[in-house]
Amino acid sequence: MMAERPDATLTEDMFDEPKRSVVATPRARFWLRFRRHRMAMAGLVFLVVVVLLAVAAPWVTQHLPTKIHSGLTRAAPTADHILGGDVAGRDIWSRVVYGGRVSLSVGLVAVSISILIALILGTLSGYYGGAVDMIIMRLTDIMMVFPTLILIMAVVSMLGPSIYNVMAIIGLLGWPSSARLVRGQILSVREWDFVMAARCLGVQDRNIMFKHILPHVLAPLLVAATFGVAGAILTEAGLSFLGLGVLPPTPSWGNMLNGAQSIYILERHWWIWLPPGMAILLTVLAINFVGDGLRDAFDPRMTLD
Amino acid sequence: MSTYILRRILLVFPLLLGVTIINYTIFALAPGDPVSAMIDPFELSQMTEEDLQAAREALGLNEPVPVRYLLWLGQAVQGNLGYSIWFNTPVFDVMLRALGNSMPVMIFALLISTIAGITLGIISALKPYSLLDSVLTTFAFAGVAVPGFFFALLLIYAVAIKMDILPTGGVTTPGVEPSLGNRLSHIILPGLALAYETTGSLLRYTRSSLLEVLHQDYMTTARAKGLVEHVVILRHGLRNALLPIITILGLRLPSMFGGAVLIETVFNYPGIGLTMVQATGMRDYPLLMGGVLMTAVLVLLSNLLADLSYTVADPRIRYEEG
Repeated sequence: MMAERPDATLTEDMFDEPKRSVVATPRARFWLRFRRHRMAMAGLVFLVVVVLLAVAAPWVTQHLPTKIHSGLTRAAPTADHILGGDVAGRDIWSRVVYGGRVSLSVGLVAVSISILIALILGTLSGYYGGAVDMIIMRLTDIMMVFPTLILIMAVVSMLGPSIYNVMAIIGLLGWPSSARLVRGQILSVREWDFVMAARCLGVQDRNIMFKHILPHVLAPLLVAATFGVAGAILTEAGLSFLGLGVLPPTPSWGNMLNGAQSIYILERHWWIWLPPGMAILLTVLAINFVGDGLRDAFDPRMTLD
Repeated sequence: MSTYILRRILLVFPLLLGVTIINYTIFALAPGDPVSAMIDPFELSQMTEEDLQAAREALGLNEPVPVRYLLWLGQAVQGNLGYSIWFNTPVFDVMLRALGNSMPVMIFALLISTIAGITLGIISALKPYSLLDSVLTTFAFAGVAVPGFFFALLLIYAVAIKMDILPTGGVTTPGVEPSLGNRLSHIILPGLALAYETTGSLLRYTRSSLLEVLHQDYMTTARAKGLVEHVVILRHGLRNALLPIITILGLRLPSMFGGAVLIETVFNYPGIGLTMVQATGMRDYPLLMGGVLMTAVLVLLSNLLADLSYTVADPRIRYEEG
């Protein structure tokens, strides 16, 4: 392993010999900066645990998330049901774990859709300029005026609530800010000296675009995508909480909180609403910390000492 | 500068037109008979099939979509957004009543988050990387990460149920003589729930912006003049650090409307958010369409206001080129 990645061993030495950081590869410098961000590392570790739990859901739970157990209705936690039962008598621990699958996949799919749209529209806009740029950017301006959640609700009410509709709608309406980011980044990178140098050497326009400019767009876009996943998870939770997203019996962290709308449950049965709420809070917090760490690590102005 | 202001105001109109086109296109796909949306429900119940046909013809509903859009737009600019199916009244009236309930909560939330966000941000920036700074930064991150409705539930649990000092929801307490105090007590918890996210982002913004400004040359100049450190920071640093806050507050408004949807549902508070949730549940498309349009127009106007106050607040900005 080490032999294949000489930069990894170099990273270890750099703490002792700061001069070496000048010669380290960009990847090593990136990883070093990211690791110094303690909250980002903590967030990353937490996310790895959440993802592992979601992937290994059948092995870390004893009960099916949709199975209704007699006598488990609103039952307090026991050794067998470590987080007790919900209003319908289903095991809350397994619903939280399986709900993680839903939340994470909605977040990832929705953001993949919006990042793809943003990349296409932003590149067209930044590359062609002129009328194309004008039309795409005005469309972006208009889309950004709509309060996203209200617009999503309206579309969901027409198409009907389901996990796939929610993924698609969040994704299809979430691109404007990233498209603007891609365009802005292309416009600024286009003016840099190395692009001029490539042009002087006679490199084709298309190659300049894909080989020289786009790589510089990807770093900030990855940061935006990370925050986007957090935002999409929150949106899905909100929609499912309102009954407009993922519908029971399929568990989602948002629809599990639905029961807490009753003051009776809110007051007496904390295990019904606290676990899914904390799951959303901690996961989104962890993703935001990782996003923050990525942004700092990508920023070449951040010094290593 | 006046040319810039004029141009900025004129720019609102094409955006407004775009908003109505997208809004109309989305709702043109909605199922249901559009004729029932445009006629007073009482009259509608008295009409025969021939009357309905005639009404469709008169309203232009047999025309192609672009023509129908123009006819709808002509009505919309006069304030006629059709009739709510669920409330049996004009959409405009329903939205106005809901807005009247939402506004106090939103204004309270904006005030609280601006004051708390900026104050805590300054405290954070004055002692960077201290324990207090870490606590405040975590507080700010949690504000952006916590779902507004979950925070609202926690507030109800702690303040309304356990401490029992504020109501759990509604606009007034049923059975109690309506008074301003009673009305205001119902605004506090939803307002706080709505304010947390904006507080968090303003705190983080103020902190990083102030930290950046502290290294500027004019700060060194101010110190070299022999000014006391807190005068340097508050008078010279803060003024420059806080200018973009106006823009940030303007940009927060769309997500505040989104937050209001969930928080008003939790508090059963009949503002714009709860009305939209009810409209979604009832498939009341005219009401939904009017609500989307109205919130979008409010966002557009507040962005304009933010931009204009920014040009007034920052004398360095000169928009000669526009």
